[in-house]
Amino acid sequence: MRVEVNGTARDIAADTVQDALAELGWAEARVATALNGEFLPSTARATQPLRDGDRLEVLAPMQGG
Amino acid sequence: MRDFYGVTLSNAMMLGTAGYPSPAVMEAAFRGSGAAVATVSLRREAGEGQGFWSIIRSLGVRILPNTAGCHSAHEAVTTARMARDLFETNWIKLEVIGHADTLQPDPFGLLQAAETLAADGFEVFPYTTEDQVLAQRLIEAGCRVLMPWGAPIGSGMGLMNRQGLRMLRAASPDVPMVIDAGLGLPSHAADAMEMGFDAVLLNSAVSQAGDPAAMARAFALAVQAGELARDADPMGVRDMAVPSTPLLGKAWL
Repeated sequence: MRVEVNGTARDIAADTVQDALAELGWAEARVATALNGEFLPSTARATQPLRDGDRLEVLAPMQGG
Repeated sequence: MRDFYGVTLSNAMMLGTAGYPSPAVMEAAFRGSGAAVATVSLRREAGEGQGFWSIIRSLGVRILPNTAGCHSAHEAVTTARMARDLFETNWIKLEVIGHADTLQPDPFGLLQAAETLAADGFEVFPYTTEDQVLAQRLIEAGCRVLMPWGAPIGSGMGLMNRQGLRMLRAASPDVPMVIDAGLGLPSHAADAMEMGFDAVLLNSAVSQAGDPAAMARAFALAVQAGELARDADPMGVRDMAVPSTPLLGKAWL
């Protein structure tokens, strides 16, 4: 299915957010997630289904003031 | 030193982590200044985030995540929730920006987001102006710390409205306040501390200096000097001269 990950369209086979993160190479990464503009807690990723057309944001710690 | 949501900091300087020439220089700025808090943000993972995080963790400082760049309450609240999930802290530097050029806070969005986050257990550090009414509303919303601006973010102008800030300080003497944004020189930080503010938060003044580590140290000394001066009860200001050298015993020449 096609999922928009951080603004880029990606083909994802996984059907949960947690598996999608692993597929994208972020299994071990310290990231925060939002699905379709709403916060998705890390504890909910394993059970959160991913659907065609979903918009996933994967954020990491970054420099800030 | 004031209490920030139950935390007494060892140092009244909070330092941002953006815009340094290199991670090594950033680290030197933190170590040289003894800054007790580091502000960080959340951005799309593009490969650098994990390395940055391990550097920050090695500094052993308290983390204050921000909602920088958010222009609506919803965006800021969502970002804050993501930050809490990732950084495992209830602290959030709440920024809801209302104007693209001045990066002035949007008071309405800020209050709305602060109410939501405080009710959700966050310990909110709202980036605000010197507006006393807004400050009062933020306190009523559950904010137990305020972060009034000195001047627009990154401008380096110092305390733009000293009288307004002085009135804000006097209006809520028991609320810890951090001057956030707009500082350019250590004298600005000393000024803020002398006026009775509890800490300063700066980033560009250090990261954009020719020698960030030396500037961070200069700010740390200025913060300490300002704090000492305030506690030493400064003399009053007078309109006319008062000779400090005794007149008694002066020779008749």
